[in-house]
Amino acid sequence: MFNRNRLISGGSINRNKPINFKFNGQSLNGYEGDTLASALLANDIHLIGRSFKYHRPRGILTSGSEEPNALVQLGKGSKTEPNARATEIELYEGLEASSQNCWPSVKYDIGALNNLFSRILPAGFYYKTFMWPPSAWMFYEYFIRRAAGLGEAPKEKNPDRYEQKFFYCDVMVVGAGATGLAAALAAARSGANVLIVDEKPEMGGYLISSKAKINNIDAKDWIKDTLTELNSLSNVTVLNRTTATGYYDYNYITALQKVTNHIENSNSKLPRERFWRIRSKQVILAQGAFERPLVFSGNDRPGIMMASAGQVYMSQYGVLPGNSITLFTNNDHAYTVAVDAISKGAKVVVIDLRSNVSSEITKLCEKNKIETYNSHAVISTHGSQKVNSITLQELSEDKQSFVGEAITINTDLLLMSGGWNPAVQLFSQSRGKLRYDDQISSFVPDVLVDNQYVIGTNNGDFNLKQNLIDSQNAGISAAKETGNKKDIDEFISEANEPNEFTTSDVVPYVLGSKPVTHGSKHFIDFQNDVTASDIFLAQREGYISVEHTKRYTTTGMATDQGKTSNVNALAIMSHIQKKPVGEVGHTTFRPPYVPQTFGAIAGRNVDQYFDPQRLTAVHQWHKDNGAVFEDVGQWKRPYFYPKNTETMKEAVNRECLAARKSVGILDASTLGKIDIQGPDAAKFLNLIYTNAWSKLEIGSCRYGLMCNEHGMVFDDGVTTRIGENHYHMTTTTGGAARVMSWLEEFLQTEWLDMKVYCTSVTEQWTVLSICGPKSRDLLSSLTDEKIDNKSLPYMKMKSIKVCGVEARVFRISFTGELSFEINVPARYGKYVWDKVIEAGKKYNITPYGTETMHVLRAEKGFIIVGQDTDGSATPSDLNMDWIVSKKKEDFLGKRSFIRSDTAREDRKHLVGLLINDKKTVLPEGSHIVEEASKKPPMKMSGHITSSYFSPTLGYPIAMAMLKNGKNRHGETVLIPLMDGKIIEATITDSVFYDKEGVRQND
Amino acid sequence: MFVIKCPYCGERDQTEFSCHGESHIARPENPNEVNDKEWGEYLFFRSNPKGMHYERWTHDHGCRQWFNVKRHTVTDKIIQTYTMGEEKPEDNNV
Repeated sequence: MFNRNRLISGGSINRNKPINFKFNGQSLNGYEGDTLASALLANDIHLIGRSFKYHRPRGILTSGSEEPNALVQLGKGSKTEPNARATEIELYEGLEASSQNCWPSVKYDIGALNNLFSRILPAGFYYKTFMWPPSAWMFYEYFIRRAAGLGEAPKEKNPDRYEQKFFYCDVMVVGAGATGLAAALAAARSGANVLIVDEKPEMGGYLISSKAKINNIDAKDWIKDTLTELNSLSNVTVLNRTTATGYYDYNYITALQKVTNHIENSNSKLPRERFWRIRSKQVILAQGAFERPLVFSGNDRPGIMMASAGQVYMSQYGVLPGNSITLFTNNDHAYTVAVDAISKGAKVVVIDLRSNVSSEITKLCEKNKIETYNSHAVISTHGSQKVNSITLQELSEDKQSFVGEAITINTDLLLMSGGWNPAVQLFSQSRGKLRYDDQISSFVPDVLVDNQYVIGTNNGDFNLKQNLIDSQNAGISAAKETGNKKDIDEFISEANEPNEFTTSDVVPYVLGSKPVTHGSKHFIDFQNDVTASDIFLAQREGYISVEHTKRYTTTGMATDQGKTSNVNALAIMSHIQKKPVGEVGHTTFRPPYVPQTFGAIAGRNVDQYFDPQRLTAVHQWHKDNGAVFEDVGQWKRPYFYPKNTETMKEAVNRECLAARKSVGILDASTLGKIDIQGPDAAKFLNLIYTNAWSKLEIGSCRYGLMCNEHGMVFDDGVTTRIGENHYHMTTTTGGAARVMSWLEEFLQTEWLDMKVYCTSVTEQWTVLSICGPKSRDLLSSLTDEKIDNKSLPYMKMKSIKVCGVEARVFRISFTGELSFEINVPARYGKYVWDKVIEAGKKYNITPYGTETMHVLRAEKGFIIVGQDTDGSATPSDLNMDWIVSKKKEDFLGKRSFIRSDTAREDRKHLVGLLINDKKTVLPEGSHIVEEASKKPPMKMSGHITSSYFSPTLGYPIAMAMLKNGKNRHGETVLIPLMDGKIIEATITDSVFYDKEGVRQND
Repeated sequence: MFVIKCPYCGERDQTEFSCHGESHIARPENPNEVNDKEWGEYLFFRSNPKGMHYERWTHDHGCRQWFNVKRHTVTDKIIQTYTMGEEKPEDNNV
């Protein structure tokens, strides 16, 4: 195989294992250990994609997760991933990637026309231009979004599996460069449980590609030894390919581990990614720093790269991305890169913004024959799809203008170095406070949060030896804080590296041939195409605050979150506003630190695991008998049971009539059930319910209404006295948990002296509700006990054996029919159900679902809390004054009934509605108006809460909450429908059927 | 996400708990004897301080007990947790 830019030796790639891959359909090869970026550079491919707004050709800027330019569409079909950073994609056999935001191809892109019109496309262009008419924005937006863009989201469901893991440790170290490794080693040797994570496949940070020495051995060897020891210790977890993405309160950190992303056709049982939720007693941040680009005209062309990235490609991947290299710098560190490049056989020119460099640098340049231009700046770059030459000019003494002639020199790689920005994103997320450091011209950690350390370059310190010693001490101290006090020997004796970074001026921007304020292309934010002139524009138009500038120009708002751009943008603002960068401030850093997949965030909580399902003991029978299910909270309840080709309406009509004429059966197991015991139980119920409970006899049932302290109804149900101090409460299906908490709240926070114990028993009982004129005959055939109207009258409970099983039979009714609710222990539920169905065949027993239950209860005018009420109805609004005790001193909500608003006469009241045409079933939620007009708005006086066709009555019925409804029976109201029709209805009482209750009382 | 020390179970993640607003708001002893203003204050008015806040939490996915938390609303530091019925601790850390 042949890689044009591959060096003959060097790097940590495996030269014995070539790998084939495709970029934009072209077959290429690289080696195991390459990233997509290094492999493309090895093949001399610099043009990777087109930029977001101007469709400018873009290449590879960095070698890591901060990459703003080299975004590709990775993979195909259901597994495709947009905006993947080529600098982070590990090469695997068969990898396919393509350029983004270009058509028809990355080389000939129609969208690049935007670049020609860039003069009229400044920040805020779209907002200003496409404002009129306001309603047309949706139309414009479609085209704008298509023109501006990133990769494409997959259209199919992602077949990959993602996992989550909870993890607890004493000390977590983020970043496994020199300092992170030293800290982890110190903490581990001290005996602490240590987790160390690093986003790269290979640990060691920038030391892998440096010539530094630690303890007098090559840094690379020191890393190897340290990792060997860490991996051998049982108290240490080492995770590579793992990026800490979020840092929350109390040292809660999320991290994204790439498990099989880099493996070709992974068919293993392993997930694609694993999302770690980590709680660490102590956290040590050792994330290092990002190199800062320089801002000059045309600084975005392919072939322009960060100096540190150039060094990484040379040393770590054995790739020399250019042969005639120019370095543009404002600090000493770049000279190390220059020397490295020369040693690999390149020709190097250094352009230094500074007038004077130290004598060591001068000597170094002489020794290595490096051509230098001090006090010079790059003023423009040339080349259509890759840089081929640059123009430079000498700066005046005050650096505000140019002197002398501009010189153009040929170059095929321009490396820039503008100083270093500590990676403070995670630190800032943790609510640590930053300060601006003039020495290094960047933000550094200032005030730490509890149980946290920031070390090394992450803290803005650049002396290797001191950093290693500090890290070792941080590791020891963090371990001690967690109670691991084993004394350890200091293990850092010596460390040095050539041309350490010391200081840099922040150079807001380099003047160019065109004034910066006039649409010249001095790029700040490469990913969002924000230029220096956009920052000027924002300041001119009054977006002075850093938060406003950010949003107006979108600088720092791309998926790279401004890792390379933020400080430069702030420096320009500082320059314009004439105040220090520290006073300009910085925007808030938010998680995630790098883009993370939704798959990883969701983990295994997908499909059937998304939300737990609650099934009754009889569920399988419902399924076998063709039930259509309805979700009620987490419960799956039979909605109706269609027979053959029945429609829902037909099925519900049949079920309703069966229940009214013979016998129907409902699985009512989902009703909330709370067992209440204790000597103060009756007293307690008296305070919880609106009606009186003291005189309820053992074996008797009573309907109760619960109000909150605002006097609004919030649940209802029947409660039965089982024994002297023992009650069985039922609640609505959806309200069970809420009621349980409500009871506990008052027992635990208000009435601490009451002896009452509440236990949820919802799932302990299976409830078979049989109703209809034949239900007594059916039940009689299943028990030896007498259950005639005298032995078991309405609103009584009896403990008897049904089908040989101990049961509590409640004679209560939610349908208005003669009805029995048979409660049996859930483990016998299915057995008893089968027996009842068997015995019921004689009466043509008909199972019915929730829809039929709703129709039957609506015919009787029984409310459903949460459907007919919405938390703003008092008992009086529901015509239920009869259940509100006048005698009781106190109960929850009572005092609120006499507040002026609740006592008002013309509140919305529950009414029944009879539809005048006797055939329209009103949609629930329809508005009621007094006067109809052709189109909204119309004055609304209420809304429909329940509406059904009543098979028993043969016409539709509805319930509604209507203003002053109580006093308006007999009047006609109007209900406008969506299709423009207006329906007339007559206000009535809400009980439509068997007003006297003969049927249920029997 | 906080770490909260349940007075009954010890330190657990916040996901196990839920917050129920300000604590030490007693229900009037005899609601019938308070006027609308006093009743309204009990129902609707809460202090919302910048600084030390006393609030009620429940350990839902644990012992299901209610307890009090003293938390600084700016730093989110939980200074103390204590059981229902215990006296309100001093506001010493503002």
